[in-house]
Amino acid sequence: MNHDESLSGADPIVRLDKVNKHFGSLHVLKDIDLAVSSGEVVVIIGASGSGKSTLIRCINGLEEFQQGHIQVDGNDLVPHGKATKALQKIRTEVGMVFQQFNLFPHLSVLDNVTLAPMKVRGWNRVDATETAERLLERVDISDQAAKYPTQLSGGQQQRVALARALAMEPRLMLFDEPTSALDPEMIGEVLDAMRELAKEGMTMMIVTHEMGFAREVADRVVYIHQGEIAEEGPPEQVFDAPRNERTRSFLSRVLKH
Amino acid sequence: MDVTFQFDWQAAFGSIPFLLKGIPYTLLISFGGLAIGFLIGILFGLLRISPTAWLRVPAVTYIEIFRGTPVLVQVLFIFYGLPQIIGSPINALVAGIAAIAVNSGAYISEIVRGGVQSIERGQREAGLSLGLSRRQTFRYIIWPQAFRRMIPSLGNQGIISIKDTSLFSVIGVGELVRQGQVYIATTFNALEVYLMVAMLYLAITLTLSFALRMLERKGLVGQ
Repeated sequence: MNHDESLSGADPIVRLDKVNKHFGSLHVLKDIDLAVSSGEVVVIIGASGSGKSTLIRCINGLEEFQQGHIQVDGNDLVPHGKATKALQKIRTEVGMVFQQFNLFPHLSVLDNVTLAPMKVRGWNRVDATETAERLLERVDISDQAAKYPTQLSGGQQQRVALARALAMEPRLMLFDEPTSALDPEMIGEVLDAMRELAKEGMTMMIVTHEMGFAREVADRVVYIHQGEIAEEGPPEQVFDAPRNERTRSFLSRVLKH
Repeated sequence: MDVTFQFDWQAAFGSIPFLLKGIPYTLLISFGGLAIGFLIGILFGLLRISPTAWLRVPAVTYIEIFRGTPVLVQVLFIFYGLPQIIGSPINALVAGIAAIAVNSGAYISEIVRGGVQSIERGQREAGLSLGLSRRQTFRYIIWPQAFRRMIPSLGNQGIISIKDTSLFSVIGVGELVRQGQVYIATTFNALEVYLMVAMLYLAITLTLSFALRMLERKGLVGQ
């Protein structure tokens, strides 16, 4: 264990201990142990319904779990989590990008990005706008700031969603299948923005079906099968020399086409 | 007896100044009642979708009672029945406003519930994931979107309530229908006067429809 910690170089920013989650009689997450260190990019892969989205949604309390313990940046989440101070703190420090973008349709692109910094961090409009404009430029969408979300393409909307999450200056970014709802020609622009973010050293947990992207940006790949971590390791190991039979079978199915 | 009936335009127009005196009462009962009904509707509509059962039950009870009984019975109960309990008479105007308030409040509760529940779950999740509190998420994200979707139904309810006030002639409020009845009692021009009464209601409701259409169009920006 000491060896692992010296490798990662720091205390983990996220630590899950024996996390279990049930939806009624369905056991969705089984004894999940996972630690992510600062600056690490962890990509979570697995079949639909394997529990990979549920896993990252537990980290910012969008899903509650029944047993185990989650610690995020020193804040503790407990089973059957209520809306505690710690949860609020975690959500302030953890950004999330959703499959369906979930932009606020009644607000302009700029207001989508400035809302949380102003209401949660208490920034004034000038500072929030300045930061928003810088982030929108970074995701290459600054000329659309006055528009409303529905006037943008899917790829543009997802890049705004990324800027919106980054405006809170998060310590960790969660991505829940960020390209699954996009037309094929728009996937690249979103992955590019994420690639850049990874290069800048952002800690990221990414649930995706984009295996090429996973191999390229991941420091570590986690394969989830029926609610359990079946295999984890560097991308070369998981993709090229999987140790688990289930990983092999999953990869042969998704990499075939 | 004369079989060819002549519509008496002079009588029709002549009744208008007298009928117009009823308009302030009609408007006061309608919009006073609706304003209170809107507040009731927000409160009970939100209680109705509360995860806590003991908050939900009173809201459901209120909605079912006041949606399931006629507004005429409600105003008769308030005007004639309640004074027997509280021991002092209730002003007819107040009774009218109260009846519209509790009646429209029940319908508006359902409109509010439907509006809020129609907002996709992802909107709430996006707000919470950004660190907004549940209250902030509701105020800045859910409610503005829900309210826009509620506008057509609220307008509909407004028009229904305006017309409901016509029933309150039975408790003697000098609203539009009551004014008409009083006028007809001396002139007997029922056809002309009721036609004018109908036109005046139409003037009010069409104005409201038009205003709401403008509001809706404005609300479409950004949707």
